[in-house]
Amino acid sequence: MADCCTGGVKLLYSCSGAADVGQIADGVSRKLRDRAFARMTCLAGIGADLSGFVESAKGADVNITIDGCPVQCAKKTLERIGVTPLSYILTDFGIEKGKTLPSEEIINSLSDRIMRNEPTASGVKSSGCSCGGIC
Amino acid sequence: MLLEILGTGCFKCQKLEELTRQAVKEMGLDAQINHVKDINAITNYGVMMTPALVKDGIVKVAGKIPSLDEIKKLLS
Repeated sequence: MADCCTGGVKLLYSCSGAADVGQIADGVSRKLRDRAFARMTCLAGIGADLSGFVESAKGADVNITIDGCPVQCAKKTLERIGVTPLSYILTDFGIEKGKTLPSEEIINSLSDRIMRNEPTASGVKSSGCSCGGIC
Repeated sequence: MLLEILGTGCFKCQKLEELTRQAVKEMGLDAQINHVKDINAITNYGVMMTPALVKDGIVKVAGKIPSLDEIKKLLS
């Protein structure tokens, strides 16, 4: 929902890809939205070059992408419009593409870890800014 | 030219409308300016933050108030 007159707007995008990790990314994103970690919006709107989504991304204080795998479709979609997001890749948290059954338990666990800003398997917390995920 | 100010009526939305009207006047544009306050109409544009300025159906800026000069560039 459109918000007005509030500072620190964080927008959240999920890759929501076809693979199991894409499905998990979608679940994690919705969980983070429900926990008010950030406001989820549509990556497809960016891909379709719809001006409202594009300008919202450019106007947000922070854009966060949740990608299931290192292909990073969500992150790269944002980068195409000149926006560098704070990026999370779920396989960096130790789950395997093609071998991870999407479950509420995994979604909750990954959501918790992102909210706690835990280091990922690769040791990279995030990219796109130096805030460590707290901005 | 159809210009729409998206926003539920707060100070920032009103300021954007004021600046837009000033820009239109100073540029001598033939424009209709509508203030869209309906939240569903706003979200149908995909806009996540207001105020936003829409020119002929294209969102030009969202979530901030551009300066008068910036608005003039957006409208030109």
